[in-house]
Amino acid sequence: MRRSLTLYGLTFSLPLLIWQLLFFVFPLVFLVALSFWTVKNFRMQADLDTVNWATMYGRSVFWQAYGTTLAMASAASVLVSILAFPCSYAIAFKLSETARRWAIFLMVIPFFTSYLVRVYSWQIFLSDAGIINVMLGWIGLGPFGLLNTVGATIVGYLTLTYPLVVLLQLFSLVFIDRTLIEAAHNLRCGRLRTVFAVIIPSARVGLVIAALFAFILSFGDFVSPIYLGGGDPTTLSILITDTTKSGQQWPRAAVIALTMIATLLFVAFVAVRFAYKGRSK
Amino acid sequence: MSKIAQGQAGLTRRALLATGVAALAAPMLSRRANAAPVELTMLAWYGHAEPDIVAEFEAENNVKFVPKYYTGGDNMLGLISQSPAGTYDVILSDAEYVQALNEAGYVEELDPNDYAISDYFPEFQQFPGNWSDGKLFSLVTRFGFLGVAYNTDALTEADASTYNVYWEENLKGKVGHFDWHLPNLGQISLLNGNSNPYDIDDAGWQGVQDKTMSLRPQIGGFFDYGGTFSSLNDGQMLAFAGIGDWITGVLEKNGAKVRSVVPEEGGLQWSECFSIGKGSQKAELAKKWIQYITSAKGQAKSAQMAAYPALIPNQKGWEVLQAENPAEAKRQGMTKDAGNVIDMIRAGRIKYRQWPVQQGLEDWNDFWSEYKGA
Repeated sequence: MRRSLTLYGLTFSLPLLIWQLLFFVFPLVFLVALSFWTVKNFRMQADLDTVNWATMYGRSVFWQAYGTTLAMASAASVLVSILAFPCSYAIAFKLSETARRWAIFLMVIPFFTSYLVRVYSWQIFLSDAGIINVMLGWIGLGPFGLLNTVGATIVGYLTLTYPLVVLLQLFSLVFIDRTLIEAAHNLRCGRLRTVFAVIIPSARVGLVIAALFAFILSFGDFVSPIYLGGGDPTTLSILITDTTKSGQQWPRAAVIALTMIATLLFVAFVAVRFAYKGRSK
Repeated sequence: MSKIAQGQAGLTRRALLATGVAALAAPMLSRRANAAPVELTMLAWYGHAEPDIVAEFEAENNVKFVPKYYTGGDNMLGLISQSPAGTYDVILSDAEYVQALNEAGYVEELDPNDYAISDYFPEFQQFPGNWSDGKLFSLVTRFGFLGVAYNTDALTEADASTYNVYWEENLKGKVGHFDWHLPNLGQISLLNGNSNPYDIDDAGWQGVQDKTMSLRPQIGGFFDYGGTFSSLNDGQMLAFAGIGDWITGVLEKNGAKVRSVVPEEGGLQWSECFSIGKGSQKAELAKKWIQYITSAKGQAKSAQMAAYPALIPNQKGWEVLQAENPAEAKRQGMTKDAGNVIDMIRAGRIKYRQWPVQQGLEDWNDFWSEYKGA
């Protein structure tokens, strides 16, 4: 069933192919090559040396940062999926058509503002003399150290991913076959059980993909760990900047970046397999 | 429409066209009369090509600066090495990177007779790194001290007059680091009693690492430029290592309750130097700029730079500053009074921030990463 190439088909597929080659494949190949270069007196030299891989993988701080980043991004994607689900569920099943359109619009609005600005504004809430601590002070509590903590970083990750996760979950929830839900009710399945036995399995692809996006965005994020987490603990994104900041060690930064890309590809592969597991073609 | 046409009966189509053409051509004509300004590219820290510093020079010389701002010397070296020669006419560099610029051949040789070096304090006339084999390659233009930055509500100047304050129980989680190993580890080295904080043997280096590690539980965060500003400004951090008046001076001017002090163990000095980029097509104009900014007038401007204040090496610049803005001269310690900043240097209380001499920069950097991850 091989189809012959047609000019018509090429016109539509070629730009995408060229785009992918130019802006994904070539940079990636360059990144791989760069990771074998060496640096002498602040100058990078084309080389074929495994020293950067050996150095980075031999350092405990790298694996520490790797573990931290993996744990924080996983926690963020689980948390955001749990927090977003009631919201997307309500929008999908409880709102009228008009109200749903408004809710979607409201979920898009955060994308109008720079993420950096949104994260900075969290500082006003979380700092020791910030809004939350002042309000807690009214009832005689605190002040609690909220800023420059792992918790604050997670808040930043949620700020980044929450609207997107709600939207992605929503798009899979609205396309669930309503007759399945009606059938569940007819068979005396309770509301909560319907959610877990019918709705979540039916929307599994969307829910998993949403969580995957949350993971991808959090895993590579630099802004929240630095401006809300106070750069402590070191995440992989911070380690990249540290590595480039002193001694022009771009090849070592490339090692970190490639490890991150490999991790994301692996996680994405596993997630997609899980999402489509057992589905008929 | 017709009413308007009637109202302007005297206006012929030809006259209208002529007026229109003249109106369209006017900007061209005036631009011709006023030749377009020459563009001069500057690679510098933020603030050096802003109007408060360059406007006067630009107007006098019909120049327009095109700045490329960097954050950190490594970033600067990266930008130069990735650009063709002649991309940057003027280059501002931290003193410890000047040597690297020379060695890589990124800067032109300067003629010392072109500049008012004799107006400089003697300590700055033969500034380390500016000269190589008796040849001048860059010229120091401003400098500053790094010490203990502190919140004046939380600490007194006496409290902050030792690096040991970072270990105070009540500052747990309230001590911030400017996220760069060189100034922070230099301060710990001073605290450990190393008279030359960057020229330490293996035992001295181990001592610095151990002492630094003991500070880790006190640390509330590692901050970049913006994070340092905001965490000091909102009182999130009450003491800060690795910075000085270049940050707290700006905050203080805006009413924040922060100051910097050079503690009893001594302070570190950062220094910024101007060079002319190798292969610059506008080297003559670049020279003119360096002459301007190192002259008494330019120096007084530089001391009061809006982005971050600094001390200046030109004695006559001090005089201009004292006349123009005595309060700022006093705040920064650039007065004739005893104990001014030159006296501090002469008393041996200040050491240059530099690259480690006996260890590699990499060793210091690797330790810093480990410290952060600890």
